[in-house]
Amino acid sequence: MHLKDYLLQGKAHKLGDDINTDYIISGRYKFKTLDRNILAQHLLEDILPNFYQQITPGDFIVAGENFGCGSSREQAPLAIKYARIGAVLARSFARIFYRNAINLGLPIIVTDTRKIKNGDELKIDLSQGKVINATAGLSLKTEPFPPEIMQIIEAGGLIEYFKKGRGWTELGR
Amino acid sequence: MGKTIAEKIFSAHCGREVKSGEIVISEIDFALAQDGTAPLAIQSFESMEIEKVAVPEKLAFFVDHNVPSPSQEVSLLHQLMRHFAKKHKIKLYDMGKGVCHVVATEEGWISPGNLIVGADSHTCTYGALNALATGVGSTDLAAVMASGKLWLRVPESIKIILKGLLPEGVYAKDLILYLVGRLTARGAVYQAIEFEGEIIQEFSLEERFTLSNMAVEMGAKAGIMRADNKVREWLKKRGIRSIQPVEPDEDASYAQILEFDISFLAPQIARPHTVDNVVPLKEVEGTPIQQGFLGTCTNGRVSDLKIAARILKGRKVSPGVRFIVAPASRQVYQETLRQGIIEILVEAGAALVTPGCGCCVGTHNGVPAKGENVISTANRNFQGRMGNPEAFIYLASPATVAASVIEGKITDPRRFL
Repeated sequence: MHLKDYLLQGKAHKLGDDINTDYIISGRYKFKTLDRNILAQHLLEDILPNFYQQITPGDFIVAGENFGCGSSREQAPLAIKYARIGAVLARSFARIFYRNAINLGLPIIVTDTRKIKNGDELKIDLSQGKVINATAGLSLKTEPFPPEIMQIIEAGGLIEYFKKGRGWTELGR
Repeated sequence: MGKTIAEKIFSAHCGREVKSGEIVISEIDFALAQDGTAPLAIQSFESMEIEKVAVPEKLAFFVDHNVPSPSQEVSLLHQLMRHFAKKHKIKLYDMGKGVCHVVATEEGWISPGNLIVGADSHTCTYGALNALATGVGSTDLAAVMASGKLWLRVPESIKIILKGLLPEGVYAKDLILYLVGRLTARGAVYQAIEFEGEIIQEFSLEERFTLSNMAVEMGAKAGIMRADNKVREWLKKRGIRSIQPVEPDEDASYAQILEFDISFLAPQIARPHTVDNVVPLKEVEGTPIQQGFLGTCTNGRVSDLKIAARILKGRKVSPGVRFIVAPASRQVYQETLRQGIIEILVEAGAALVTPGCGCCVGTHNGVPAKGENVISTANRNFQGRMGNPEAFIYLASPATVAASVIEGKITDPRRFL
């Protein structure tokens, strides 16, 4: 990841608690295609028709607790990434979604999203773990990643991590 | 300080003593993927530019979610799996063999103390066999294919102690629905659940699988039980003779210890559109239904079809209702054929579909229409889950589903017992 990738700016699309991966990408599509761009077009379609059309590249998904619960489908973070969402912010993430996002290099941030409203302009510095709600004039605290996970994020995901031939030895102390 | 089952299993697989909260690189005993996740895992593996699968003997692929293939796009993905499995000598169970989590246990892939990952969230089912088994993503699976190992967080544990036995007409499914309702969809995120109590010993292995299967619906990483003689006997029949059960230490540290008296439990239902939206059946009794579904990794085993047949014997499915049955595996299909269970179900008006995930995942095999209510033995009722975001899914036990398809409305099965 380059330094510029750590600085993100965009608009918040606010969702509720317990957004499951069936909602993020329906089984109707995930079983049919591996085409990321087609998957992206159906992002959150069942609960928010036309969501994809409302995104400007770089925007953020902002959710409550337990984002990404349910099925293990990696197509969920993949659809978000290819819809060109800059990052997902939530009060907490379901564990498989959390893994998948890290492995794919999709930035995820644990923060108190109750302080963000739909449509707020956010500025994020991933390297510093800083979220600024420009609309509300607030700086939000984020939960830092453990160093082992930071290594995967910095490599740009698990595929890049393995491609560099480093295997697990470095990560596994 | 003592260790939980999860901490012991992780320690045994990391070559050092580890505690909850640590992130470790762990050896994996068995890893699986299905047709919804394997194609992506294959792509990720190929993107890693690694020639050889490190541990083909520890892997299995299952074609179970979308079977038989309903379209040329799906056929292409199935073909990709077959080609890759053949090239890398990975065991592949093709369509018709059954749901991955049922087949993997039947085929003897799982033993107590194992550390197992699967690119399928219901991998936690194997907790009933005293294994630490958890769902992961496709790229995770690719990493296991490349190295035989995976990064994992050693989970904290919650101990759930169940007091008392279940009354007549109340089943493992009612119990787990009740627990999901009490703990909620995020009650155990990142954590392993250890199930304890007299009822666990009382339960058959099939009932235990139902319980462990839905641990993930509370966000849990695993839903583990101790291995007793029933586990020993069950595994012996599947060719596994020597086992090393893992017990928690007396002084192990738990994030929470929860006790539930289950002796007065009544049949439970999860209402649309979340699994934790659980109420006693009587609160929704009489709700009209247009489709019933019996099957899945939660409730598609022999005892599940058997209880449904007991209720449906000599009766008919209501004329306004479609009743779909998917035996969870070919073995289940054959055994229920031998026992005359299939005969009873078909005679009553059931439509049998291929062993597999059936209509649970919304691909085909029974997509409900707009505005329809479905009563299902599956584990998820999210909006759109069965392929139509304008349908409503109620989750219940096989007995409740059988009683409800007779009446055409949500019905207490105890009336038929």
